[in-house]
Amino acid sequence: MTKKTYERVGLTSGEYDRIVEILGREPNELELNLYGVMWSEHCSYKNSKPVLRIFPTSGERVLQGPGENAGIIDIGDGLAVVMKIESHNHPSAVEPYQGAATGAGGIIRDIFTMGARPIALLNSLRFGELSNDRTKYLFENAVAGIGDYGNCIGIPTVGGEIYFNDCYRGNPLVNAMCVGIIRHGDIKRGTASGAGNAVMIVGASTGRDGIGGASFASVELSEESQENRSAVQVGDPFMEKLLLEACLELFETGCVVGVQDLGAAGLTSACSETASRGSSGMNIDVSLVPRRETGMIPVEVMISESQERMLVIVEKGREEEVTGVFKKWGLNSSVIGRVTDDGMLTIRDGDEVVGRVPAKSLAEDAPVYYREYEKPAYLQQVGVLDEESLEVPKDLNGVLVGLLKSPNIACKEWVYRQYDYMVRTCTAVAPGSDAAVVRIRGTNKAIALTTDCNSRYCYLDPATGGAIAVAEAARNLICSGAQPLAVTDCLNFGNPEKPGVFWQFRQAVSGMSEACRVLGTPVISGNVSFYNETDTNAIFPTPVVGMVGLVEDTSHITTQGFKEEGDAVLLLGENTQEAGGSEYLKVVHGLEQGSAPRLDLDKEKRVQDCCLELIRAGVVKSAHDCSEGGIAVALAECCISGGIGAEIEFESRCRKDFLLFGEGQSRIVITACQSDLERIKDTAARLDVPCTVLGRVKGKELVIDIAGQREMEIAVEDMGTSWREAIGCIMG
Amino acid sequence: MKFGVVVFPGSNCDIDCYHALRDVLDQDTEYIWHMTKHLGFYDCIVLPGGFSYGSYLRGGAIARFSPVMDRVVEFAQSGKPVIGISNGFQVLTEAGLLPGAFLRNNSMKFVCENVYIRTENASTPFTKLCGEGQVLKIPIAHGDGNYYVDDRTLKDMEQNNQVVFRYCDAEGEATAESNPNGSLQNIAGICNREGNVVGMMPHPERCMEEILGNRDGTVIFKSVINYLKGGAVND
Amino acid sequence: MFNAKVYITLKKSIADPQGNAMKEALLAMKYDGVKDVRMGKLIEIKLENKNAAEAEKRVRDMCETLLANTVIEDYTYDILEVGP
Repeated sequence: MTKKTYERVGLTSGEYDRIVEILGREPNELELNLYGVMWSEHCSYKNSKPVLRIFPTSGERVLQGPGENAGIIDIGDGLAVVMKIESHNHPSAVEPYQGAATGAGGIIRDIFTMGARPIALLNSLRFGELSNDRTKYLFENAVAGIGDYGNCIGIPTVGGEIYFNDCYRGNPLVNAMCVGIIRHGDIKRGTASGAGNAVMIVGASTGRDGIGGASFASVELSEESQENRSAVQVGDPFMEKLLLEACLELFETGCVVGVQDLGAAGLTSACSETASRGSSGMNIDVSLVPRRETGMIPVEVMISESQERMLVIVEKGREEEVTGVFKKWGLNSSVIGRVTDDGMLTIRDGDEVVGRVPAKSLAEDAPVYYREYEKPAYLQQVGVLDEESLEVPKDLNGVLVGLLKSPNIACKEWVYRQYDYMVRTCTAVAPGSDAAVVRIRGTNKAIALTTDCNSRYCYLDPATGGAIAVAEAARNLICSGAQPLAVTDCLNFGNPEKPGVFWQFRQAVSGMSEACRVLGTPVISGNVSFYNETDTNAIFPTPVVGMVGLVEDTSHITTQGFKEEGDAVLLLGENTQEAGGSEYLKVVHGLEQGSAPRLDLDKEKRVQDCCLELIRAGVVKSAHDCSEGGIAVALAECCISGGIGAEIEFESRCRKDFLLFGEGQSRIVITACQSDLERIKDTAARLDVPCTVLGRVKGKELVIDIAGQREMEIAVEDMGTSWREAIGCIMG
Repeated sequence: MKFGVVVFPGSNCDIDCYHALRDVLDQDTEYIWHMTKHLGFYDCIVLPGGFSYGSYLRGGAIARFSPVMDRVVEFAQSGKPVIGISNGFQVLTEAGLLPGAFLRNNSMKFVCENVYIRTENASTPFTKLCGEGQVLKIPIAHGDGNYYVDDRTLKDMEQNNQVVFRYCDAEGEATAESNPNGSLQNIAGICNREGNVVGMMPHPERCMEEILGNRDGTVIFKSVINYLKGGAVND
Repeated sequence: MFNAKVYITLKKSIADPQGNAMKEALLAMKYDGVKDVRMGKLIEIKLENKNAAEAEKRVRDMCETLLANTVIEDYTYDILEVGP
């Protein structure tokens, strides 16, 4: 075995020595490839595992934490929500349509693998600035890919987020999240147990798709990978729809012992992980795997990432029940082997044994690296913000319109009207409010869903940025009338072998963990995506938080739009003088500098509790959190969504621009009937939450006075046009 | 009274139609699997939306060869009410039960949004409770909804009052701006010569409950229930 | 054995927004003289028929019943004999 061989499959010499030690001999070519894909960062989390251990992962509602295909959280009535987010960044950088489509396909399989019916999709997307033609191409095609897949399979895409920043020019991020619903008793797991039970592969046949995809996702993108198209899989949403219905029908027969989808590292990962979880072995024959292409050698069958396939472990003697169900849906199902009790993954090609390694060694024994970390030097420079040198703009109306037109803040309708967000007729709050809300049929409950991360804050201060991502997600759910329940995370970072990047990673995870603890939202599933950097630049640290909350009663569902003339506009929380990391600084002054906004988690919790208590008491008519663009943009969005104006008065003596556009945390704008004001103030006082009346809903304009001085006056219709049409105008 | 909702491989609004009829309107409703060769007794058949056979080749092109479609054709020819929604509409045109065909949306993009449609023909079983000219707000969700038919057939259709709905603005004007996909003459829904087979691109089953923010779709199904009761025109 | 190539195009009288978008893009890329672009579908079929006439009849039937929608589409085909 030459040195080159193990390097070609992405292993180090130390890792190779370890394999020889495990096997007591040199691995053959096929075996080496199995280790290559399974010990990649993408499959093994070898660089991130020690850090991920600090996440809180338990809680009384947690039915399944990290380590399975998806996490599960109890929502009462014998029902549970299954959730997971996953990255498909590298495939989307090369071929955005198929990369994004198969990202959606993969995450949907993770959900129905657990036995759940998928009910909603969300996407967290990041691209370079839209002034770049390549970025427009990536953006347009990633959106089309997500849309075509979700629309065809009939799962509504109800929410998500989209940001544009130059740091993503060479490394777009496509993170897909799926949520499903399940009865407690129906939960399936990816476990192979019971010697003699059948190992079956079902769904699409196997081709050379995405060969090397798993290791592909764990190397830096170079010029070469632009041509590496063979590593990209092609999605077939129709096939997946059939697979979904067939699997859910199959699970009802009770003959399924375990099930796992074939994702990264294909059959290799599905076989070794299920066997490992069941403390079993597996003996399979690759010649029995249905093929789409001719001349495939065993190693290609083992690592192929052909989409829309599942591995099902079936009780011995009940194989025909599986065949029957799959035949009804016009799908393949083949017995390819048996579960064994020897702990070995034995791979045959007909009668010939072509590979034999301990299943656990592939799935669990990858080396764990404690990477070096060091605070990166750039923080010295970007942390400084000379506020004095920044002029206060004279035309504050113009600043507001400029921010509303910034693609990071502008309405994302151009995107979501390409997604069928209504199919399944459960979408109670469509895209465009703080969080999407999906009712649970047969109950009076609903769930609220969001994804959040402001990566600029993470760039300036990864710990605070990570905590804010969690806090903002929770705040968005609260504003929709939901109690936040649990988190699924997608941690997108640069090359972890660089101490500065690894420092960002550790800091972000620690900040998120603390916020999760304080806000009572354990992390129940997730995904790490490293090496998001090109030869010249790395992305901002981007730890995306996907969060699900429970609306106890659908009458609590709240949206951001102002509702009725005369209602009081109130602020829960306090305005601050913070401008660091704001969209305002970027858009108006061209700066991505300063300190990330401060976050006091205890105060955040009090503000959120207060808002939810008021919503449940039935006194809140609209709620919207302050995020990018500050309180001015928040108020503008409330006006636009409600199609009605407001008169606002600030007493504050802060700098006007920082007051209006600064992104201080822990603030929620609510409206209520004048007659409920006392009650609201009492509740806020009891919970130690600052509460100020800002003004009232009125007319067709947003009017803002500061310290008695008229500073802004702008027609809601004009703001709406700027906000709604900005992205469509750029995309042509 | 019994409704049948046909399920093709890739149908995905089947459960929504079933829910709308059974749970919202309290009607006896069954799914009909596409392989069905002998149809049970039904009073009305619904071809739901979705992506039958992935909408590969053309929307509805493959589904129309499903065994159940021979039975649906007989059912339609016997004069009983059939409605095709979105992909179901495409199946009906491919099967020749309704005239015309569908092109890609002129925006070349899938579009999901609420649109307004004006009732042009209030005498079909599915529009009997609508007023002539009544404007409904109903969502669309399709990539190939751009209705086309040749001039001669169109003239025929107009003469026979076969245009059931046109896309319009909130005031009921069928303007170019209110046409979401480039459909000829803003056509959003049509019927056959006899009026018992109706196809429409908008999804009435998606707007029948308060929690979904809109109940305009209810009138379509209430109309056919009323029609089947042999009924007097009242709600 | 025969290999059939079936070409499906939108009828000339029907607008082709995708073809038009490609035409505009080509012109923007300075491919002067591009007068018209029409987009269609190419379908390849392998047939086990004994003679060419029979193969052609079957391909034409396929086009009429499934492959093309003659309300909006035209079709043409090439059929090539490729050994026994």
